[in-house]
Amino acid sequence: MSDLTTKSVYEHSQALKNGEYSSVELTKAYLGEIKAKEDSIGAYISVNEDVALEMAAAVDKKRADGEDLSDIAGIPAGMKDNLCTKGIKTTCASKILENYIPPYDACVIEKLKASDYVLLGKLNMDEFAMGSTTENSAFKVTHNPCDIERVPGGSSGGSAAAVAAMEAAYTLGSDTGGSIRQPASFCGVVGMKPTYGTVSRYGLVAFASSLDQIGPLTKTVRDNAMIMNVIAGHDRRDATSIKREYGDFTAEIGKDVKGLKIGIPKEFFGEGISSSVKDCVLAAAEKYEKMGADITWVSMPSIENALSAYYVISSAEASSNLARFDGVRYGVRANDFEDIDELYKKSRSQGFGAEVKRRIMLGTFALSSGYYDAYYKKALQVRSLVMKDFNAVFDKFDIILSPVAPTAAYKLGEKTSDPLEMYMGDAYSVPINIAGVPALALPCGKNSDGMPVGMQLIGKAFSEPMLYRAGAAFEKEYTGGADK
Amino acid sequence: MMIKDYEMVIGLEVHVELKTKTKIFCSCPTDFGAEPNTQTCPVCMGLPGTLPVLNGKVVDYAVKAGLATNCTIAKYSKQDRKNYFYPDLPKAYQISQYDLPLCENGWLDIETENGPKKIGITRIHIEEDAGKLVHDDTHGTMIDCNRCGVPLIEIVSEPDIRSAEEAKAYLQKLRAIILYTGVSDCKMQEGSLRCDVNLSVRKKGTEKFGTRTEMKNINSFAFVVKAIEYEYKRQVEAIEAGETIVQETRRFDPDSGKTFSMRTKENANDYRYFPDPDLPPIILTDDEIKALGTQIPELPDARKKKYIEQYELSAYDGELLTNDKSMADYFEAAAANTKYPKLLANMMISEMMRLITTENFECKISPEHMACLASLAGDEVINSSTAKKLLVRMWENDFDPAEIVKAENLEQINDEAILLGYIREAIEANPRSVADYKRGKTIAAKSIVGQAMAKSKGKANPVKLSELAIAEIEKCD
Repeated sequence: MSDLTTKSVYEHSQALKNGEYSSVELTKAYLGEIKAKEDSIGAYISVNEDVALEMAAAVDKKRADGEDLSDIAGIPAGMKDNLCTKGIKTTCASKILENYIPPYDACVIEKLKASDYVLLGKLNMDEFAMGSTTENSAFKVTHNPCDIERVPGGSSGGSAAAVAAMEAAYTLGSDTGGSIRQPASFCGVVGMKPTYGTVSRYGLVAFASSLDQIGPLTKTVRDNAMIMNVIAGHDRRDATSIKREYGDFTAEIGKDVKGLKIGIPKEFFGEGISSSVKDCVLAAAEKYEKMGADITWVSMPSIENALSAYYVISSAEASSNLARFDGVRYGVRANDFEDIDELYKKSRSQGFGAEVKRRIMLGTFALSSGYYDAYYKKALQVRSLVMKDFNAVFDKFDIILSPVAPTAAYKLGEKTSDPLEMYMGDAYSVPINIAGVPALALPCGKNSDGMPVGMQLIGKAFSEPMLYRAGAAFEKEYTGGADK
Repeated sequence: MMIKDYEMVIGLEVHVELKTKTKIFCSCPTDFGAEPNTQTCPVCMGLPGTLPVLNGKVVDYAVKAGLATNCTIAKYSKQDRKNYFYPDLPKAYQISQYDLPLCENGWLDIETENGPKKIGITRIHIEEDAGKLVHDDTHGTMIDCNRCGVPLIEIVSEPDIRSAEEAKAYLQKLRAIILYTGVSDCKMQEGSLRCDVNLSVRKKGTEKFGTRTEMKNINSFAFVVKAIEYEYKRQVEAIEAGETIVQETRRFDPDSGKTFSMRTKENANDYRYFPDPDLPPIILTDDEIKALGTQIPELPDARKKKYIEQYELSAYDGELLTNDKSMADYFEAAAANTKYPKLLANMMISEMMRLITTENFECKISPEHMACLASLAGDEVINSSTAKKLLVRMWENDFDPAEIVKAENLEQINDEAILLGYIREAIEANPRSVADYKRGKTIAAKSIVGQAMAKSKGKANPVKLSELAIAEIEKCD
């Protein structure tokens, strides 16, 4: 293992500025790491060595020419394969988009390019971001770098595994119901689900439009804030993007947590949580108390309905969002068909995997005439109750502390036969998307198997800088992340 | 029972393309007739990852159309997805408005045989147009996405229409209003105005609506009339034969003038409407709505009222003149230059309208020349048949009628001595007509007058000629 790849984005940033090594050297180090580990990890769907080295060389030249470069210039990254990259295959880990090459860059990709990032490749995921283990990828299985017998989490499993396995300095994922935070938690890395509307969704292949947010996965809290500095901001091409001054996401890092009011909702520690996760997260709460924060148990009764509402809303939106994959204009088209209906049916039957079909059917049912009120409308009502609960807690507290998932990473194949059990694993992560608020997932300990356990710090809308402050304080004190 | 014992109940859905410069959710141009797929981008092609952003002008235009048709404008409305698969719909859903449209509860007035009538407008909502499928023997079916995302308003009427004539009057009035507001060019040949007809029949005097059928995308007012007449007869005959009407979508075939079943309600799509999560609600303030209202020019009804009051036109003539804004503008420009606006209106309605072949009013005769022609006729410098002949010539090749009248000696002949000369010639040549007249067949005088007129080369003052002729015939033995 090259020493270079153990460093944080922040460290790379300093070293590249100081000329300690070049971007090409750094990129080669990560490409070496990928070569060495991909067979066992399987984080990437595609790696673009030539593109990466070209981008790196271009940054090195700019630096040599004395150009003023961004903090993340020349640092190699991986992108979840649902982020459109111009001229580079973007598959969403689906057969139906196996050969799809977008003619445009996602907003976040444009922003990263403008900051002279280096793209290593596109990362594995659950097909169309539907899943919690990355086992729903049409192309490959991704293994958890902490124990390759185990799942990396999902749907941004490739994004989390790549960071954990040093196969990228940082990655982007997308989080609709926990898809950044849960794999971050399973792989022992840091993941942020930003406030809805903070990062433009333009160019993110939609799963559930009202819930999707793009966010960074990194080794450290500071790294995460640095990437947010690049990708956040209003975009006029996304009507749900929020116009405001976002400021510096690293601004509060280094400040202590004295006097911060932290609420712990009892509903996140109920039936189904593993004792080791419960112990780790409650121990983290004690640590915050030791650092000077006020810890109080709170109640958020509507949370228990959030999971059902999530599966109705996200599936309903998905059923409509995924209707465009019909084999007519792009992607995979079935070979033999008699008429247009058969073309649709065969292309979609052959192109989509089982989980995607399940969600499309669920969502189509929920929106159908005669069922709309009982399902979709009801789910929207639950959604406003959940928002109300969050607002009520945030009237009195700065942060809500909870586990990310009821368990640590489990064995590959362990839950694939029972979709409902798999869905239950999202119970703690989906309320945050339903409410649209930000949550930072970071490691808070390990279970008896030595697998990482994650906690999430949830804040009110646009409180990311404070979440980073609280996350960094914990990291510094307990997980050895001395200001990296 | 007979066909006259039934009445038809008609509601119309009219789609109008708005003439914004750019599409509803992206910045592609909306021009008609460009090379296929040259006015497209990832957004209107519905490529994965793209998002719609509402063009504010579309809302402005739709609000103007709503205000011009007396609608209440919603301060809070939203956009919904209408989900269905069709190759001309790249996202497999159309962004439209479902339960909270932009405009509601409007109306417009039409002129009918029995006087004015109010037709209710249920709602006006905004939506995106779909692309076009082009069928070709060598390539099969191809898709042209230029029209994808062109903004539309759909104007839904109440089922207040009771005849094909009323339907036509409603469409003409609606088209006039839209043209006045300037939000669309309403060109039916280019598909920027399309009409769906919902029709049911019921026995006269009953309240309950019959089962309706829908005829989609009829692209001319004349076809709307034909489709209604055919479908009305078909439904009445079916009921009289003891059949039940099926709720279904029917296609009107202009060649045969018949309607054919396309799909029944059982096979109808469940569109699974739901609020589009990519688009925030449309919020309008009173001030914004008011400001849009001030941008609406004088509408056809206001002009009509003015014409009736100022120029003493009939309501019917006023309606005809104001149905096309350019024609009304033309009329006003000409009327300002003559003392005879009513005569001018008559000349435009009875003579000029016959000459119009284009969908929209276009006229090569300058308003000044047209005013001059009306004045020449009004001042009895020329008689009406000369005026008609001149109008036809000016339509082909505009000129100053006063000059031509002089140059070609077309002035009306008022000199009684000359007129008597023509009359006597006619009497001499037609002793039999004179005899008929004497035997009480007064109509025989007409033939004498006609011949005398012919002898004047059509230039005789017709009133004088007629008076003199009768007096002259009376004198005969």
